[in-house]
Amino acid sequence: MRVKRFIPLAVFALLALLLFKGLSIDPTALPAARLGQPFPDFSQPELLTEELIDASALRPGPALVNVWATWCYSCRVEHPYLLALAEQGVPIYGLNYKDDSEKARQWLADLGDPYRLNIADRDGTVGLDLGVYGAPETYVLGADGVILHRHVGVLDQAVFEQDIGQWFPALAKLGQANAPEGSAQ
Amino acid sequence: MRRLLCMLILMSSSAWAVIETYEFSSPDLASRYHLLSQELRCPKCQNQNIADSNAPIARDLRVVLYEQLEAGQSDQQILDFMVARYGQFVRYRPEVDRQTALLWWSPLLLLVLGSLGVVRHFRQKERHPERGLTAMEREHVDRLLKDRLP
Amino acid sequence: MIPEIGHLALIIAFVFATGLAVIPMWGAVRGNIAALNLAPTLAMGVLVFVSIAFAMLAISFLDDDFSVAVVAANSNSLLPPIFKFSALWGNHEGSLLLWVLILSGWMAAVSWFSQGLPRVMVARVLSVMGMIAIGFLAFSLLTSNPFERLLPNIPLDGNDLNPLLQDPGLIIHPPLLYMGYVGLSVPFAFAIAALLGGRLDASWARWSRPWTNVAWGFLSLGIMLGSWWAYYELGWGGWWFWDPVENASFMPWLMGTALVHSLAVTEKRGVFRAWTVLLAIFAFSLSLLGTFLVRSGVLTSVHAFASDPERGLFILIFLALVIGGSLLLYALRAPTVASRINYTAVSRESLLMVNNLVFTVSTIIVLLGTLFPLVMDAFSLGKYSVGPPYFNAVFVPLMALVMPFMAIGPLSRWREDSAARWLHELLVPGAVVVVFAVAVPFLFGGEFNVWIALAVLLAGWVAVGVLKDLWRRLGVGSGYGLRWQALTPSFLGMAMAHLGFAAVVMGAVVVTQLNEERDLLMEVGDVEFLGGYRFELTGLSREAGPNYMADQAVFEVTQGDQVIATLIPEKRRYFASGQMMTEAAIDASVWRDLYIALGEPIEEGAWAVRLQFKPMVRWLWLGGALIGFGALLTVADRRYRRQSTRHSAPLAEASGLAR
Repeated sequence: MRVKRFIPLAVFALLALLLFKGLSIDPTALPAARLGQPFPDFSQPELLTEELIDASALRPGPALVNVWATWCYSCRVEHPYLLALAEQGVPIYGLNYKDDSEKARQWLADLGDPYRLNIADRDGTVGLDLGVYGAPETYVLGADGVILHRHVGVLDQAVFEQDIGQWFPALAKLGQANAPEGSAQ
Repeated sequence: MRRLLCMLILMSSSAWAVIETYEFSSPDLASRYHLLSQELRCPKCQNQNIADSNAPIARDLRVVLYEQLEAGQSDQQILDFMVARYGQFVRYRPEVDRQTALLWWSPLLLLVLGSLGVVRHFRQKERHPERGLTAMEREHVDRLLKDRLP
Repeated sequence: MIPEIGHLALIIAFVFATGLAVIPMWGAVRGNIAALNLAPTLAMGVLVFVSIAFAMLAISFLDDDFSVAVVAANSNSLLPPIFKFSALWGNHEGSLLLWVLILSGWMAAVSWFSQGLPRVMVARVLSVMGMIAIGFLAFSLLTSNPFERLLPNIPLDGNDLNPLLQDPGLIIHPPLLYMGYVGLSVPFAFAIAALLGGRLDASWARWSRPWTNVAWGFLSLGIMLGSWWAYYELGWGGWWFWDPVENASFMPWLMGTALVHSLAVTEKRGVFRAWTVLLAIFAFSLSLLGTFLVRSGVLTSVHAFASDPERGLFILIFLALVIGGSLLLYALRAPTVASRINYTAVSRESLLMVNNLVFTVSTIIVLLGTLFPLVMDAFSLGKYSVGPPYFNAVFVPLMALVMPFMAIGPLSRWREDSAARWLHELLVPGAVVVVFAVAVPFLFGGEFNVWIALAVLLAGWVAVGVLKDLWRRLGVGSGYGLRWQALTPSFLGMAMAHLGFAAVVMGAVVVTQLNEERDLLMEVGDVEFLGGYRFELTGLSREAGPNYMADQAVFEVTQGDQVIATLIPEKRRYFASGQMMTEAAIDASVWRDLYIALGEPIEEGAWAVRLQFKPMVRWLWLGGALIGFGALLTVADRRYRRQSTRHSAPLAEASGLAR
């Protein structure tokens, strides 16, 4: 009967452990629901050429798909780093999410274009199918076009090294990338 | 913090009623919209359903909900659609499956266990009813009382 | 200078709290009367210095001292003075200071009102409270100092208080809530003191009861106010969202409900001792857990004060020490000999056992639902959300389960009763309620709604039980006239609380089932009909407030020929922060609320408007008020006042010292 008295303490100990674990978890981090699935198919115009493209245009992998828009301040912040990555040979495709295509084209002309091509997702249908909930987001596509990872927020050196670099082993140390001034670091 | 800046700027104060003026082709659809918009969670916000949030993504999802309802999709189909894109996170009422068994079965389980405990408690009482004093105890008490009396 | 005085005062308070935690406890162990007697003085010391600190912070807010970080972050020169004051607790650091202030207030109260108690007991109780104070003062001083300065770059003006919080509701809701939360530390301290002293008898329960009732009463009022505030402030007409922070206050309330009842049993019959001690420990533990959840960032919530894992760790360690320590003490010292089961299966004790069971299960369910996303995430099983649809589905049936017992309870006898007698007492009133429940929708000109019928049945049943009890106590029909003196504060309080509960249930079910809502685009001159009322938008205008600019829409509400009200909902833009806010217009009455909120302007002169007809929504809060005030009323009872005039103090002391 004595042992019964220790049950509340034991239960509390478990709870405390759970809460301790909880302190190191970010409750707002949401992994992509489409992880492990191929990039959802679509039919949208390319931003610069206005030709219709579909998911096969995002091959071959591994590649990054970057969700961006001109109304997104953080996208401007991460842009220089994207340029640096593109220079290093990382294939980056853009998803111009719910944006004015004319403004977007002007933006790229002014700031540089790191993208192999850009999906003009004017009404956000591609984003919806993908599970996008804000810009910027960056998806990693594998060699076969399967979604391997999603990063929500600004893409910078630290993030790349920690989460994304593992899929781009061919790249030489990106730490030495000639990141222009103003890159997010 | 900066990475959230973009979404924060868009997500002005979520401090007001979100009022969408949809025209539904039938009142049944309107009431289903009402219910489902409270079942779905805004993926970005600080714990709000898509009915109450004015984050852009919430607005988009409301439009999708409207369109899907008008297109004749069932409630389950709509929920599955949302989950396929945003994960289980987007449902305020988790699907009842093996993973969520703990959540859905514990209320009943706890009640049943508790009731069994109560029943056992009273059964024990029957098996060991409150007993009076034994003869020896009675003698002891008598002696004590006698000593105390003047 | 003033913030420095405040800071210093806080440090001195910490010293007093440390003294309070150590000296009287040592005195209890060693039998040193002088050390024991220091407890009230030390408690007073804590109160005095925390009050000084609080006053200094208040002055900083009222004086627009933007060199103080929290003032700069939460206030503004344009803010009306009353909100400058309440902004003090509208943030993490300031609210912690409020927490400690209220704790020291309760400590002082305990030392004032415990004249008739054994000194050792009082010393132990105050020491335990002192230990809790140490934790919070340390947390404040080390991680969340409200007196941090922004020198030398003093901002010209502050960030302004969140417009949502610029409301009378904010002024009272947190203090009331904290009175409850923090107040539960008193029965907790009594439980710990009793475990330490090895005396878990009826007298411990008797001493704890008034404190528990008051704390629980305040908690009820605090929660009720929070719900009401959310209703009129947020603009969507909702009144409970099962948000983690709301649950953080609800769980102590549920546990407190069980505790209030369990204490009654332990006091009157000496049974349920282990249960009651555990409940006392759990109720306050849940308060502390709530503090953790709200400030650590572990769960996402619109209400969350702070999302700081570092601070979270501090609170968690504190939690582990306090709760872990008390549960360990329980494991070692709780009575191993179960109290003699001197009651049958049909008795008041067994009914209260059911009550204990249901409320404990409810608490666990709410806790589980709140923490489930965290559990699944911690085991990498995915990201889940648990919200109102789940909670409503599981919680409501539980409450429905306990209500049938609520009517029988007050009528039942201790020790041994008979089901036949219950039937005899309640058959006729019960039948009346059933008939009424079925008939009511037809009486009010509506269709039959099974949920409303059920609610009327259960709530009516509870009301009938209270009335029957009242009938019996008054001695109606006994031929001796009415025994008004039988209506003690204790009885009246209980009756109020039970009726209040029934009212809350009625209000909740009716407003959920019969709520009518319409979202539409309206221009000046448009008319809409809802709930039998006619709404006409008669004009649009702009109006400037002290620190905002408002777009107003004027609605005239009529029913037939009669003008019911002129409602003016607003859309405000606050200057300092640029934040937009909706100010709903409500025509309130006991039987229904008419609720209008503005959305966005769609075109020139046309607004998206939400009209709502909410029947019996006020019953929620009227019921909540009845519960709260009922609980507070019970301590006016004569038997508690009798305590201070008892002359058995020397004897009690002697026996107390023998420990």
